[in-house]
Amino acid sequence: MKADNPTALLKRFAPDLEKTSKLGVAWIIFCVLLVLLGIFALITQITRGHIVTGMRDNVVWGIYIVNFIFFMGISYAGALISGTLHLFRSDWRKPIIRMAEFLTIFSLLIGPLYIMLCVGRLDKLHYLVIFGRIQSPITWDVIAISTDIIGCFLFLYLALLRDFARLRDYPDLKVAKWRKKLYRWLAIYWKDTPEQRRRLERSTDIMAGMVIAIAIIVYSVLAWIFSVTLQPGWHSTIFGPYFVIAAVYSGTAVLIVIMWIYRKIYKLEDLITRKHFVNIGVVMLVLGAFFGYFTFSEYLTKWYGSEKNDEQLISILFDRYYWLFLFSNYAGVLVPLIVVGLPKLRTIRWITLAAVVVIVALWINRYLIVVPTLETPYLPVQDARDAWVHYRGTWVEWVLTIGGIGSLCLFFTIGSKMVPIIPLSVVEDDKKID
Amino acid sequence: MKKKKNKHESRRDFLKLGLTVSAGAAAGAVLLSKTSTGSTKSGQKVKLLSEDGQIVEVDKYDIKPDLQPAGRKESRLGIPGRKFVMVIDLARCKNARKCIDDCQEGHHISKDQEWIRVYLLQDSAESAPYWFPRPCYHCDNPLCVSVCPVGATYKRSDGIVLVDTHRCIGCKFCMTGCPYSARVFHWYEPESAEADKDIPYSPETNIPAREGTVGKCVFCADKVKNGKLPRCVSGCPMGVIYFGDINEDTVTNGTETVVFSQLISDRSGYRYHENLGTRPSVYYLPAVDRSFPVERGYESLDEELKERYKNTPFVKKLENES
Repeated sequence: MKADNPTALLKRFAPDLEKTSKLGVAWIIFCVLLVLLGIFALITQITRGHIVTGMRDNVVWGIYIVNFIFFMGISYAGALISGTLHLFRSDWRKPIIRMAEFLTIFSLLIGPLYIMLCVGRLDKLHYLVIFGRIQSPITWDVIAISTDIIGCFLFLYLALLRDFARLRDYPDLKVAKWRKKLYRWLAIYWKDTPEQRRRLERSTDIMAGMVIAIAIIVYSVLAWIFSVTLQPGWHSTIFGPYFVIAAVYSGTAVLIVIMWIYRKIYKLEDLITRKHFVNIGVVMLVLGAFFGYFTFSEYLTKWYGSEKNDEQLISILFDRYYWLFLFSNYAGVLVPLIVVGLPKLRTIRWITLAAVVVIVALWINRYLIVVPTLETPYLPVQDARDAWVHYRGTWVEWVLTIGGIGSLCLFFTIGSKMVPIIPLSVVEDDKKID
Repeated sequence: MKKKKNKHESRRDFLKLGLTVSAGAAAGAVLLSKTSTGSTKSGQKVKLLSEDGQIVEVDKYDIKPDLQPAGRKESRLGIPGRKFVMVIDLARCKNARKCIDDCQEGHHISKDQEWIRVYLLQDSAESAPYWFPRPCYHCDNPLCVSVCPVGATYKRSDGIVLVDTHRCIGCKFCMTGCPYSARVFHWYEPESAEADKDIPYSPETNIPAREGTVGKCVFCADKVKNGKLPRCVSGCPMGVIYFGDINEDTVTNGTETVVFSQLISDRSGYRYHENLGTRPSVYYLPAVDRSFPVERGYESLDEELKERYKNTPFVKKLENES
């Protein structure tokens, strides 16, 4: 099929690219407001100092680093899912692959901002490059994340290339001139020749393999930031694989929720069916089982060996953090196992609900890895100031968290306004090849 | 006096001349700039108290000026041939907290921050409680130095671990790296910032302090380079803390000077959490034959300080009894 011949799908998605409904505009304004609120909180933190956060000398990292782990996690999940499904040539992946790629790149742009919020002197941030020491895991992270951002951008771009060409070649597309220009520019002389196709396929294969590898490395490096220290709750050999599994697990859940939302808004019932939810649900189930297994081994060995400092940590996890621990490490594992495991419950609605539970549970799981550990150092915290003893996130930290979620929503909204959320070329063209 | 080439060194000419016998730096201050103009003797005599209690008169010119806190570059080098070590005698500590006061005053840090902290520890329910002063351990295998992404914190040849707050980006990785909670963060604009803003910055004192950076005990690098004891050592009324050079195998608490290896061997000196492999430069002597009952260190405290130790088993028991 010639690319200049507008296909059924392109015609179907063109209106979404051309205009925004009133509700859509309201939604965008809402997201922008959330982001602005976050910026206000950031300004407060910069002008008044880190004292406006709940972080103090014992709990030096709080919600920010939890968000960092969380956003990076869902990003790697997107990379792993889209990369793996691409290499396996699984046919059912086609309608959801762009959502996974969007998720990868958008959360990858937001995640690192949170680690910067932990940094006391943002004016010295460039020192990470100028004076970077390769001995420090933070330098590993800087290298890994920047490689990841480049790799994921390339992968996303390769996936978008043919759709840009289609949008360029669709004469009836009623969008602003600059957007037409942009599509033309981004489509870089794509003529859909067999040679171009061969090359594109080859590069996409290579990049898919690369993003899978990079994603595993990046998330392991992130885990090592914690596990190279001597802190009782962090100094663990399984943190690398544990974090990778947890990341993909949470990301799969986020992908399911995104699928559900787009299915509703864009009326994609014919393209994204129950099959997709069940298939991704099964991926989530397998990952959930692994996650449960890792969590269990991690806490079992700490508890059974009952080293003094481990015992201290376990005792506050089962005391002050009891309900959070129960929710994140029991419900977060069992709910998807049951929902996807039982054929009766294997519906779109239930799978999506289970995914929401997983998202919240995994966020809390990271919170329980970061905060209680820092609250139980080797030397007991002896302080009269309550804020120094117990960590509580302040409005600044929560507002910045909401700002991050707002910007993820905003990125997705803008992304799906610029290109169709369904990869047209993949869905329509490759069917013929297969 | 020799002509100074170095910018940092020439600044010293105008700065204070500390005297070994003076109690405080300000009391013994003499401006060197006046004396440095004379070619040989100044003719001005200064009365000093010698070690054996005699009052002696010396010419001002003969008094060596104090070395001033080094700049950022120089402070990365240690004092050649030195390797500092500290010994803390837990049998003598009664939580008088003079070490903390003198440290805070000397380093212009707020009451919110303690570079040396005094913990009330009790290893298990049946074992004896004891007061446990904790400075920075200046480890020989410091994790804080390993994890720093920008080389802001460093280990010198003389064993001292310092922080260059002009290099520090405030990521706090060193704080999670240190298993002894020895590091503190400037969460807000330091109270002393305004008053100290004209003092040339030195990592040896960490004055002036900077918001958004990490601070910690510096083993009083500015004092020891002049052959003086750290502030916590000289401030302690009980002589709890000994300081010295492991190469000379000697430590002193200001009144008594002992052979380091002998002291450690006689009193079974140990290092805290040896199992962590950080190899601290600070040794502890167990609280055997203690000079004061433990409760002495608690009862004399004001309410706010008492609050700190309220949750320890020892204080709970103490409060129950009374």
